Parts: sequence; C-alpha cells; structure tokens
Amino acid sequence: MGLKDFVFVGLCVLGAGAVGGMLLRQERVERPQEFWPGRFGTTNVATSRDKVFPPAQSPTAGSNDWEPVLAKLNNQFRISWEQNEVEVADKADDLVLARRLSLALAGTIPSLEEIRSFEKISESQRLEWWVSHLLEDRRFCDYFAERLARVYVGTDNGPAFIFRRRRFVAWLSDQLHEKKPYDQIVRELISDKGLWTGEPAVNFITVTINADADDKSPDEIRLAGRVARGFLGVRIDCLQCHDDKLGNITLGDENAEQPGQQTHFHELAAFFGQTENSFAGIRDNQDRKYEYTYLNAEEETVVKPAVPFAEACFTGEGTLRQQLATWVTSPENKAFSRATVNRVWALMFGRPLVDPIDNIPLHGDLPPVLTLLADDFVEHGYDLRRLIRLIAATEAYQRDSEADFEITVKHEHYWAAFPLTRLRPEQVAGSIVQASWLQTIDADSHVIQQLTKFGQTNDFVTRYGDLGQDEFQDRGGTITQRLLLMNGELVKERLDDKIATNAATRLAALCARDDKLVDAVYLSVLTRRPSDEEKSYFLERLQGKQGEFRRQAIADLYWVLLNSTEFSWNH
Amino acid sequence: MSQFNFGSESVGACRSAAHLSRRSLLQKTAAGVGLAWLSPLAQQLARAEESAPSGKPPKSVIVLWMEGGPSQLETFDPHPGTTIGGKDPLASVKAIDTAAKGIQIADLYPRIAEQMEHISLIRSVVSKEGDHERGSYTMKSGWVPDPTLVHPSLGAILCHETSDKIEIPRHVSIYPNQWSPRGGYLGDQYDAFRVHDPTRPIPDVIATVKQDRFDQRMEDLLKVVEPQFSRRRLKDLDTKRTLHQPSLVAASKMMTSDQLKAFDVTHVPEALREEFGDSNFGRGCLAALQLIEVGVRCVEVNLGTWDSHLNNYETCKARAAALDPAYAALLRNLRERNLLEHTLVVWMGEFGRTPRINGLGGRDHWPHGFTVALSGCGIQGGRVIGATSPEPKLDDKNRLQDVEDPQDVANVHATLYEALGVNYTREHLTPIGRPMQFSKGTPIKRLLG
Repeated sequence: MGLKDFVFVGLCVLGAGAVGGMLLRQERVERPQEFWPGRFGTTNVATSRDKVFPPAQSPTAGSNDWEPVLAKLNNQFRISWEQNEVEVADKADDLVLARRLSLALAGTIPSLEEIRSFEKISESQRLEWWVSHLLEDRRFCDYFAERLARVYVGTDNGPAFIFRRRRFVAWLSDQLHEKKPYDQIVRELISDKGLWTGEPAVNFITVTINADADDKSPDEIRLAGRVARGFLGVRIDCLQCHDDKLGNITLGDENAEQPGQQTHFHELAAFFGQTENSFAGIRDNQDRKYEYTYLNAEEETVVKPAVPFAEACFTGEGTLRQQLATWVTSPENKAFSRATVNRVWALMFGRPLVDPIDNIPLHGDLPPVLTLLADDFVEHGYDLRRLIRLIAATEAYQRDSEADFEITVKHEHYWAAFPLTRLRPEQVAGSIVQASWLQTIDADSHVIQQLTKFGQTNDFVTRYGDLGQDEFQDRGGTITQRLLLMNGELVKERLDDKIATNAATRLAALCARDDKLVDAVYLSVLTRRPSDEEKSYFLERLQGKQGEFRRQAIADLYWVLLNSTEFSWNH
Repeated sequence: MSQFNFGSESVGACRSAAHLSRRSLLQKTAAGVGLAWLSPLAQQLARAEESAPSGKPPKSVIVLWMEGGPSQLETFDPHPGTTIGGKDPLASVKAIDTAAKGIQIADLYPRIAEQMEHISLIRSVVSKEGDHERGSYTMKSGWVPDPTLVHPSLGAILCHETSDKIEIPRHVSIYPNQWSPRGGYLGDQYDAFRVHDPTRPIPDVIATVKQDRFDQRMEDLLKVVEPQFSRRRLKDLDTKRTLHQPSLVAASKMMTSDQLKAFDVTHVPEALREEFGDSNFGRGCLAALQLIEVGVRCVEVNLGTWDSHLNNYETCKARAAALDPAYAALLRNLRERNLLEHTLVVWMGEFGRTPRINGLGGRDHWPHGFTVALSGCGIQGGRVIGATSPEPKLDDKNRLQDVEDPQDVANVHATLYEALGVNYTREHLTPIGRPMQFSKGTPIKRLLG
C-alpha cells in the first residue's frame, strides 16, 4: 500500500470513528412538526433517562376525533377475534414496529442512528415520534410515489419520448411532499392537459399510447381498466369483450344492482374518447368520438360516456375527462375512498384488507374496518398521512408475528398476528445499503451516497426480480434471489471489498467490546438485539480475534444476518 | 459441500433428477462426446441410474423464442411470386424444396430444409394479440393476459408436473428479454432462471470468500439464526410461505455443482460450435442441448429482433443467418443423442407479420394467421396443418376467410401438453382459490403419433 493510500485509509477510519462515536452516543433528537404525543395510546411511565416531549401547545384541528375513531377500529378487531375464536398475538416489540413502519413508509430498514434516537424517546411517545419522523422525511414521499406510480402507469418503460416515468414519479413525490389532498392528485391524473414534461400528470394518459399504431392516440380501453382498478377498486376488464355471464361483476347502485355488461366498460372508456395527443401534448378535442363494435354487432357504434354505478355523484361538468375525474373522486363515491384505504393498508401490511386489492365488491358486506377508515379518509380531506397514522395506531398493526401458540394462516387472515410477507426488491436493496451504512441515508445525505443508493439499487432490483403491478401476491423466494444475496456485488462490496469504508471495518473501529459489536450488527441488519443463544454463539466466533481476523468475523456475521429469512421478509 | 447436511429434499418443486440415466448418454460419454465434460462422479451417477429399473424417460422442452414476431412469409410459409410474397426480385423470398416431400420453406433456410422430415408446421395459428408484451404472454402461456391473474408459461407447467433431482434450476431462459417465462399462479419458484450469456460464467455462483469460510457462514445461518426466527412463527413457514431455506440450500448446492458446466459452451469442441454457427443464438442452442442432457426440463433460447417494420427482407435474412445453422444443428444433435424422442422443440414468436408490405419495405404485426413449428417428443415430422391464402382478401371484418383450418393459441398449447404427457384439463387452484386448467384448447391430433 502506498503512503497516499495509507493516509487515505487512516483518515477514513478516523472519520468513521468520529461520526460513529456520535452515533453510538446520539444525544440530539428532533421534535417532528406534527407531533401529538399520546395518539398511539401507550401509557408506560417514562424513566428519567428517556426523552419526553411536552404536549403540543394547541391540538390542531382534527385531533379531537382521533381517539373515538381509533377506539371504533380496535373494537371491530376485538369483535372479529372473539367471533372467529382466534387467539391474538401479543403487541410487537417497539423495535419490530419501528422496522415495519420504516419499511412501509421509507422503503428501508431504520439506520443504527435512527434506532439510537428512537430508543432515547420515552416509550409512551416512541411510536408517535417515529411515525411523525418518517412522514416528514422526504424518503416517504419518494417511496410512496414509486409504489403509487405502479398503480397509475405500471412498471414498463412505456412509449419512448412521450412517456417520462421518472419525471412522473418525481412529480408525484412533490405532490405528497406538499401534502396535496389525494382526491386532487387523482383529478389531475385523469383530467390534466399539456406536455408530459411540463405537466407530468399527463404521463398517466401518454403511457397508454401505442407508438406502433397508426393512430397515435391514448388507449381508451387501457385507461378505463386502470381507472376502474386503480382508483375505484373494481375489476371490469372482462367486460371489454363480453357481458358478465358468471355473476362476477355487479355494478349499478345499492338496491338497483345490475350485472356487468359490455356497454358498461365502453361507456367508461368513452370518457377518454376526446383525448388526443398533439404538438401541445395531451388535450381534449370535442370533434373526436369513441367508437366500438360490440360483440355480435355488425357495425361500429359511437359510444356515449356514462358511469357504471353511483350515478347520483355524476355532475357532468367540464370536459369529458373532468366529468370523469369529478365523479371518481366525489365524496359520495364510496368506491374511491375504499380503494384508496385498501391500497394504503396493503402498503403498510404487505397485503390488502380485501383481497385481491383491486376487486372490492360495490355492494354487500365489507370489513367494517374498511368502511370506518374510508369514511374517516373522506371526512379529513383525503389526508393520506392521517390514514397512515390511523392504520399504524390500530391494535392489528401492532400485533407480533410470533406467539406462544401455533400461528396459522387463520390468525393472519383475521389480523390476529402480523402477516409475514416478502419484501419488495427495492426494500431489500435499500435495506442492504442502509444496514451497512449506520447513518441514515436520506435526501439530506451526501450526494455520493445518493448515487450509490440509486445506481446500485436499480441493477439489484432487475436481478432480484421486480414483481410489476401484482405486488401483493404471496410469493416465495427464488434461487436467483438467494445467489444475489449470498454472492452478489451489492453485498460483496459492503462486506468483503472496499475495506476502508465497509460496514465491518467501520464497526470494528467503533466497537472495542465484542458484546457491543454483536448488538450493533444485529441492530443494523435485523433492527433487534440478539437472543442470549445467538449472542453467546457469535461472541464465541469473535473471541480472541484481532485486526483482520476480527474484521472478517464481523463481515461473516453481517453476511449471515443479511441472508436470513428475517432480513428478506416483513414480520 | 462439507461439514453439514443439506438435507435430501429437492428444492422448490422446480428441481429434479433425471436424464443422467440414459443409455445414449453413456454411449456418447464412452465415445468421448456428449457428456465428456461431466466429472467421473456424474458419469457414475448416470451409470447407477442406468442399472435401476427404468420407467419412461422424462420429457423436456426447448422453446426457440423468436422475439419481435418473425414473418411467416420469410420463414416457413413462403408465397413466392405473389403480391404478398414481395415483388422486388432481389429482396423477395423464394421457396425451396425440403427433405419432407411436398413442403417448401423460404430459401433462407437450406439447413433446416434438410431437417424438415423432423419438423411439423402449424401455418394457421390465430391470436388476438398484436402487441409485443401481450403477444409474448399469450404465446408463452397459451392464454390472453388477464389483469387479475398471471398464467404460468409452458416450462413452468412442465416443471410443476414433474419432479426429479438435479443441482441446477430446471427451467432456464437464455438471452431473456424482460418477458422471460414465469411461474405465474404456480409460484415464483417456477420462474425461468435467466442466463444472459453462455460464454461467461453464471453470475453470483462463486462464493466471495474461501470455501471453509462460506461453509461456516452457512452453518451459522442454518443452525442458529434461521431456527431463532421460525421457532414461534407461522406453521410450516419455510415450506408453505417463504421457501427461504430450501432455496438457500439449492443455491449453495448449485454453486459447487458439476452440472453448472452445462451452461458453459466454451469447452465444446470447435467443430460442434461451428455446426451451431458463430452467433449468440447458436451458442444458446448449444447450451440448451447440454442443459437438456443433464436433466433440465425446459430451456428457452431467445433470438431477437424480428420486429421488421422497416426493411423486412433484410431483417429476416440477418436473423436467418443465425437461425438456420443453430436450429438444424440442434435437431440433428438431439436426434443423434437419442434425445429428440423425448424432447419437444417449439419454434415460435409473439405473432407473425402482415401479408402486405408497408411503405418502408417492412411488415407490421399480424396475429391473424402465422406459423409455429414443432419437433420431437412424439410429434410426427413433415406434416403441415392449415394454410394461409396466397391472395388474402384482408377484410378486417372477416380475418378468418384468409386462413384454412385456423388453430387458436390454446389448441397449440393443448397439443404441446399432449405431446409432453401433461394432464392439462385437471383443475388447479390459484392463490385466490380460482380453479384453472392449464389449457382449454383441443390438441391437434394429426400432429401426434
């Protein structure tokens, strides 16, 4: 090693040591802006060492009706558990909840730095603090934007030039950051005009343009299917070709139900019949018509737009797309709020309340929890953050995924135990990078860290296998995924290469004591401390090791934990 | 692998034992060809199975996937001298006779013509899907895309319906594009294992640390950390939900497996490599041959890009240069090694091309009458099903009048399952409890022996 390299490595280790020292001691804990202690209802008494924030000076509007709603939700779960005679798992440990929430809201596991802050907060305020912290972090906007974009525009690259996926996701992230009400976002997606670069919402429309077709206009049929599934939680795709003969699709209104017909689908599609692509981007041209040849019909007919249910909410004002947008997001159109709640629930739990996620019956019995949350969502101005907080505060969300009794799929079905679901590829990639970095990688971090994260994350996601839009299906792991985590570049670099800056070297410098070291690795990777059995086992592995041998033993421990089921699954 | 027991369970259902037992392979091994690259241990394995009471040999499938949609006119369904066949004498296809009496194919394929008595053609395939993604889905699974369900592809179904023990994945896609075959509702464990280049090592199969350290890591993981997690959790966590440990064990077995060599074509004798042609597709077909030999159940080899919207003839000619030697060599070698009788070879793409040539000398997407070619596994060679009109009326209200004996994609798939011995009418429950058959088509009996 040359002198320059030696000095560089020395500086890196010293720097890492200095930063790490601060991390391990972590004194400063910020107070999030929207922080109202007590919303999570934990009453444990704080010890004198805990950080306790004073109550908010004046409860913001809306805080008064928090407790009754939460009580109703919890009551519904208790009734369901009792009626269905399922044993209920205990409340999960705070660190388990911190991991769950971080994966759901930021798409990655908590950093060691965050864990230190989290544990500084008094137990009674911890979860409230953590959820507020995450919701105010730019990572939340970026991550949720990506997940929602899958629903709106899918995962394909789409037509070149006229579809800009990254621009679209960035726009969506900005809307979430500005706390724009969700109904307003959806109205813009459906009805916005202009160029895909200047008005990124129109990418919702341009993604459906078939660049190979003669008529380069947006695809009314794909748009109708997407509006129905993505915003209203109804699958009417079969009606594209024929009437529903199997009784699978029931439309119309309560007490005036109608079997799904082919006309229902195409009348919905007809709302996009005037949409065209021009030099000025997406616009509405009143001369255009939507024509279709129905099954067994001789000729094409001009299809007049009409809504397939909730007709009372239809006002008929504005362009065809504006008419559709207003109807979709009408407060009385229950399908919209229910579909949104079901999706946000799935993003939090890894599986939806009503499965499949985009097939919620319009009529008949629904889980009371879905209805309660949907009504609250509408009453509070389509505030996604409130919805997320409410879900996080339910007893169901806080159940453990382990128990002293034998957990079966029935327990998961009734949310009496937290369901085990596979992490998405970007959650795994983000978590590998985060686990080996110790500090929080977020929008405030150094730009090089950002590059590292994004460049490598994309490559990893492709190899790991993107699930596309059907992301809430139960799926087991594959051999390719295991090989990628055992021997892949992302893991290798962080454990066995780049000796000066990798996780093992940094932790070796930070923790002189082996027991602290084992704790730190477990916290960094699995967001928990080792069990006694694990601790003594790995202490033995480290015993008497010095220098490079010690560093290797730490890398080995990292590898073992990164390759565990526990790391790749949400629990 | 050393130090600890990996267990005897085969992993995911998509792993299996098999073809090492074939007499033909042993003969070839003895002769210094075929499996000569396998270790003595693997050869012994083959011999041990050879003496075991033998049932019928398991069946396999090779899909030659023509990404982009190959023109039927410039491959297996030429109409020379007609308007649709093209007018330019220098840039139009001509037809040549083949080894199968009465069957003519495009003159770009002299070597395939020699093999034609082993190939049968369905020239009247009709589909509804003229988009690349949807067309790929339909041809690979036999079903039109359904936003509420992902149908498994042919190879995934074959893996699901068979079980055996090999140390490498049983379902492989070589040079895959983004729509490589999927397990769909059968599960991700049936997805094709993606191989991007058979001249380079398989990625991520080399441990990043020395073997003793790797073994120690695996032991720590399986002995200490995994039990800690599963102890109080969901019943049958590993087998019913995560498949984590089985795939860990399978992955680590694969890392040290001799059978990995089947992916590698760099050790193959020069003459054999030349026979398959100096192209990626040729090397892919050679790898497919080797993989089928060691017991892989399904190999897809992708040849792009047939999407000839511009200069159709030139595009087709360039593809033919790779396809002709590789396809012919694959059939010849499968036959010589007695593998063709239980290996189905399917040639297809997402759709065909328009009979009419467009203003740019190209042909556009055409699902209304195109060709699929089949060989092996009981398929009678040298037969032709259906025909497309040499002078089509091209009435978009009545597409079928230009196609004689039209066969929809479901019928093609039913024929494939029939040949492979897969019970395709039995119902399987999808994860959301929807009963599904693998195919609702009717097999084309005239192709089956």
